[in-house]
Amino acid sequence: MKSYDIVVIGGGPAGMAAALAAHKNQVKNILIIERDLELGGILNQCIHNGFGLHHFKKELTGPEYSNLVTLELQKTNIEIMTDSMVLKLDHDNDNKTVYAINGKLGLMKIKAKAIILAMGCRERTRGAIRIHGARPAGVYTAGTAQRLINIDGYMPGKKVVILGSGDIGLIMARRMTLEGAKVEAVLEIMPYSNGLTRNIVQCLNDFSIPLMLSHTVTKIHGKERVEGVSITKVDMNLCPIKTTEQFIPCDTVLLSVGLIPENEISRACGIMIDRKTAGPIVGELRQTSKEGIFSCGNVLHVHDLVDFVSEEGYLAGFGAAQYIHNNLNPDFTHTTIPGDGINTVVPQKINAKNITDNIKLFMRVKKVYTNCAINAYIGDKLIAHKKENKFLPAEMVSLTIKKEDLFNNTNAEILIKIEQI
Amino acid sequence: MYDITIIGAGVVGCAIARELARYNLKICLIEKNEDVGAEVTKANSGIVHGGYAEKPGSVKAKFSSKGNSMYKQLNAELNFGFAQTGSFVIGFDEKDALKINELFVYGQKNGVPNLQIVDGDFVRDKEPNLNKDINVALYCPTAGITSPYEFAIALAENAIQNGVELKLNSKVTTIQKSHDHFIITTNHGYSTLTTKIVINSAGLYTDEIAKMVGLDEFTIKPRQGQYLLFDKDQGDLINSVIFQVPTAISKGILVTKTYHGNLLIGPDATPAPEKDYLDTSSKNISEIIEAAKKSFPNFDLQKVISAFAGNRAAATTEDFIIEESKVSGFINVAGIESPGLTAAPAIATYVSEIVATIKQIKLSPKTNFNPYRKAYHAIASMQQQALNNLIKQDAKYGCVVCRCETVSEGEICDALHRNIPINSLDAIKRRTRAGMGRCQGGFCTPKIMEIIHNELQIPKEEITKKGGKSLFAFGRTK
Repeated sequence: MKSYDIVVIGGGPAGMAAALAAHKNQVKNILIIERDLELGGILNQCIHNGFGLHHFKKELTGPEYSNLVTLELQKTNIEIMTDSMVLKLDHDNDNKTVYAINGKLGLMKIKAKAIILAMGCRERTRGAIRIHGARPAGVYTAGTAQRLINIDGYMPGKKVVILGSGDIGLIMARRMTLEGAKVEAVLEIMPYSNGLTRNIVQCLNDFSIPLMLSHTVTKIHGKERVEGVSITKVDMNLCPIKTTEQFIPCDTVLLSVGLIPENEISRACGIMIDRKTAGPIVGELRQTSKEGIFSCGNVLHVHDLVDFVSEEGYLAGFGAAQYIHNNLNPDFTHTTIPGDGINTVVPQKINAKNITDNIKLFMRVKKVYTNCAINAYIGDKLIAHKKENKFLPAEMVSLTIKKEDLFNNTNAEILIKIEQI
Repeated sequence: MYDITIIGAGVVGCAIARELARYNLKICLIEKNEDVGAEVTKANSGIVHGGYAEKPGSVKAKFSSKGNSMYKQLNAELNFGFAQTGSFVIGFDEKDALKINELFVYGQKNGVPNLQIVDGDFVRDKEPNLNKDINVALYCPTAGITSPYEFAIALAENAIQNGVELKLNSKVTTIQKSHDHFIITTNHGYSTLTTKIVINSAGLYTDEIAKMVGLDEFTIKPRQGQYLLFDKDQGDLINSVIFQVPTAISKGILVTKTYHGNLLIGPDATPAPEKDYLDTSSKNISEIIEAAKKSFPNFDLQKVISAFAGNRAAATTEDFIIEESKVSGFINVAGIESPGLTAAPAIATYVSEIVATIKQIKLSPKTNFNPYRKAYHAIASMQQQALNNLIKQDAKYGCVVCRCETVSEGEICDALHRNIPINSLDAIKRRTRAGMGRCQGGFCTPKIMEIIHNELQIPKEEITKKGGKSLFAFGRTK
């Protein structure tokens, strides 16, 4: 049986960054397992620009970003196994086994001292949000359509309605328009967009594509291929207002209605999952509830920008390296609690002893807040504060907590909440 | 000239074809869709019923418990998937208890073995996640679950192995009776065929087919049932088939684990405006959710994979119609609504008995009939040693295409090269489960299109979801 110090599952930006960080921190024996034919994950189909502004301090396309990281990897002795699928993990404290399969080597058991989960996420489907009506061809998730166009070179449709204003949906509105399709509208059930503001401007406004807030698709029509959709306005409780129903003829429906971390193998090996993020519950170095298993990137929580995915990958890789060198303090000293207005916080746990510098907490708000601050408290003491004109659910917020504030307060709970200024 | 032409390759038509393939006959099986089992057969509960719900003396009652008893052997021969999980009809109050007693008596009369009326504790012992207020139940250990479309596919594959000719994409347009034979035309290249006997197993369209020879004794009034399918972690919470006490038109909302381990709830029963109307609606699905909670209160709606609808081919006579009609040599197998899937094997045997009485035909058994149909190598459930031997022979079995259901390229290629010529993604899905999982083909659709393109040399622009104009791509990008 092959054996490694660290096995990284997933060769997208999170997994690559994690492997690089572990390597920099003197871990010798690292393997990345990637299911696709090459490294890069979903970046390979993201041919638009806007990547790398934070991480590389320049604007790159997805494949360029992926290529730069791959080049760094090639300078190391990190092993890479592509076209291989991980089916299962066994966790028996010191003894961790990864079951992977490919056409050359068959089903193999690989031993690992530490495992880093970096499998990314999948798109929420039509079934999951229960759009009713007929079930014809022509209903795609935005990412599938993106792959068909950018990798395979085929047009998934000509007359398109996009449901959901997530970033991939916005990007695809522009992409399909550039390829000659007519995008009739982008519908968003919430009264605000779920995409980054820059994408609304550059992908919709610049191409005069209407964004219909508080609207949803109530029915899909067409027996063989999509022939149209019924849409309505929704009320404050997101219920369709029947009297506002209208029919839009189209041959394609693209869905950009959320991403779900792909944690099936994490769950199956008993890792505790946060119901809100749908990713593992992790500590400050992205250690999960199973000793020696770490998690980073979109499999942990869905990010807006790849730059932050890479940053988190480095953190998990550093954490796994500390674990290999027996420098990782087990257990936790603090817990983060999402309070009023806060939907998710990562990490959920902190061991102050493992923190070398300050610690960044990443969070999402529940709805749009204007003229508010996000405050973190230990007991009555305010330990961090961030003020913005606007907090949007679509934009992840980070909050920095000073190391000494954790040591000076024995109370174990850090409460984070939105407060009016 | 064919001895026998079977119109409609649903589970009933396929079962008849496979049964008659035991004899030295020239048989043609005609199907208007691009695959077998692609209509009523593909969208139902997948339950192999015990046979206690049908009124004693009815045609339905005659065939359902007998059909049930044939499944084990058929599965051993055809490998389509069948598990005898048992079923419960659960009751809460006195009124339910009366109905359960009535079903027990029906069951006794219909010859259903090992039926028991049990108390709430018995139910909770076997099904700890059900409603705590269940007081009484009818337990039927012989009921089970199957994969209905895989059953039809297996029957058809085995029928073809034994000489039956299958014509897909062929809709019957006219049937002409000409003294001792029939002349059938289809829309497939406007071809004509002649046959001594016609078996009308056209499901929702049996009335229209019967009209072609002047028969109008029955009409099919399609009855729609909607369903909600959940991910497998929800299926793990239930072990058997859970019915509520039946109503006049339906066996009641059921909660079941499917053969492949998902959770399935439904169906309701509403008249369908058209035979091919398969829209789901939020109103019906919401009602099904509420009704199902009465049996099983704690399923997770975040784990829904898909909603779907199926139409049952209910006849105005409210019973199965299985007989040689007034037109000699024309056999109707119509009105096969629930429990038609259960009854199908027994119906097929009975139809062969009818055929034996028709004088133009002589039934002589084939000496070389092969009852066995090869299973797929489903890598998701294979042991390491066996899987590695398989991958050594064919590396494609190591390439996982569908990550949600762990389906390999090898399985997809197997599906494309079997004796039913398929090329749609839904046909592949029904055979291999690729695209059946939680991402609903989000990741594997482009990969499967690539495989179809490579294996069958079909341009990607011509690849469909389910035949006809259900295309995936409209040409190349700029």
